[in-house]
Amino acid sequence: MLQGEFGGAAKFAMSILIRMADVYEATELMDITQAHIDSCALLSDSNLEFAEMLVSRGGHVSVPTTLNMIPLDLQNWERLGVPLGFAVKAQRLAKAYTDMGCIPTWTCAPYQGYLTPRFGQQIAWGESNAIVYANSVLGARTNRYGDFLDICAAITGRVPKVGLHLEENRRGQILLRLVGISPLLFKNDLFYVALGQLMGNITQNRIPVIEGLTENVTGDQLKALGAAAASFGAVALFHAVGVTPEANTLEEAFQGYAPEKTIEIGPSDLQKAWNDLSTGVEGTKLGAVVLGCPHFSFDEFRRLTQAIEEAKGHPRAPGVRFVVLTSQTSYALLQRSDFMNTLTEFGVEIVLDTCPFHSPFISPQTKTIMTNSGKFAYYAPGELSSHVVVGSIPDCVRSAVAGTVIREELRWSVS
Amino acid sequence: MERILVGRPIVAGRAEGEAIVSREPLSFWGGFDPKTGAIIDRYHDRCGESIEGKVFVFPQEKGSCTGSAVLLESVRLGKAPAAIISAEVTPILALGSIVADQLYDKYVPILVLPRENCEAIHDGDYLLIQADGKVRVNSAKRG
Repeated sequence: MLQGEFGGAAKFAMSILIRMADVYEATELMDITQAHIDSCALLSDSNLEFAEMLVSRGGHVSVPTTLNMIPLDLQNWERLGVPLGFAVKAQRLAKAYTDMGCIPTWTCAPYQGYLTPRFGQQIAWGESNAIVYANSVLGARTNRYGDFLDICAAITGRVPKVGLHLEENRRGQILLRLVGISPLLFKNDLFYVALGQLMGNITQNRIPVIEGLTENVTGDQLKALGAAAASFGAVALFHAVGVTPEANTLEEAFQGYAPEKTIEIGPSDLQKAWNDLSTGVEGTKLGAVVLGCPHFSFDEFRRLTQAIEEAKGHPRAPGVRFVVLTSQTSYALLQRSDFMNTLTEFGVEIVLDTCPFHSPFISPQTKTIMTNSGKFAYYAPGELSSHVVVGSIPDCVRSAVAGTVIREELRWSVS
Repeated sequence: MERILVGRPIVAGRAEGEAIVSREPLSFWGGFDPKTGAIIDRYHDRCGESIEGKVFVFPQEKGSCTGSAVLLESVRLGKAPAAIISAEVTPILALGSIVADQLYDKYVPILVLPRENCEAIHDGDYLLIQADGKVRVNSAKRG
């Protein structure tokens, strides 16, 4: 491949892989059978040049490859007020990746859509929240691949043989033991957001093992947990005893080794993590609600619809935008449901294929944004220069009706 | 006084500049603005400061996979740090620098130093980084 007999793009991709193998101190490469590309997410001139260079040199993926969100809602960008010049470049970026044979899934939650990887499958995934979900919840195997290496792996079908691709590197390192937490809390989505924040901060790039989660935790809750952990830290894999597939027992999670460190997590730790997530406070005038970071699932739409119905016909306050980000896959399911009337009447703006950090459709004048996402809360102050408040889906609906931030108080401890 | 530290070059190259030292991990996407060269992560200890043209010393990378694309764009715009020194290997940043080298013939040298050596570098120290991983540290006058 380095000699160029598979074309210029494969040669380029392989030369990047070889240099990255040195960085990882890998002595050999190995095959992967699926990829997910994050390189299509950011619109910058250099990103576009990189992608179009690969296309011009005949780049084509050699394994089934899904795409992360792109910087544009291709159907609704004009209505959303995205400038024409930006849209044209974003369309070029999207086209470059589909021209290389990638599947236009355009979602940051590829594990809830199309071509979900299987247990033990060797894959090359980009997008921090998708990586942690694939490794932890599905038991597929990927390292944290940065933008560019994902497409280089997809073109060549190879990655450096290191890290989480190898069984022995997947054992738990730090034990996080949940102690004294109210059982009611395990049903609350916000518990997983706070736990993810804490887990990311504590463990950074180590592999945590959580002891004490209940087995009826949902996929959406694990999505929220992983997304927060991968933003506040560099978590690529966690185990949860009795929940995730490589941790049927504590011993299995640590592959028979002792934890390097054991940390007890109690109600006060979670409360502190929870308080740190928001920069705005109750009673503040609300500019927008943004849900779907990572992209909303069908079930999350169902729960949003219920929350709106519980508001009993009270309309959204004037001036409060209610944005929900999702994929075409979830949207297709949504259109078959009877939720659409409720969502439309309330003025929910469903935005497809994209992300408000990458596509300019939230006005810079938006001072306070409410969300249910730890990941969104981490990045919004820097990327959107706004205040952010994290609340549950019903909190977001009630606040949108009131026009100011309202949150139900959380009870973290047993008593 | 000059000290010499020895690290592992993960993107080898020569660079020099004033040190800006952080004790916090950073995600370059969402944490660094490639158009201005400033750190924008509200949780980060150097939030609001520019690292353009300086040697950025920090413990490790975290967060987004788009860090590589952000570093590449900062190289294109001339807003990148002169070099990066970290206590742990930073594959996402290394990737951004390697792609910059292949695409633009410009890159950011990246070096891994033992944690205690990273912690012995202070703001304002003048650093000369060699391609073999040696770092000459000229301490800033303090006190």
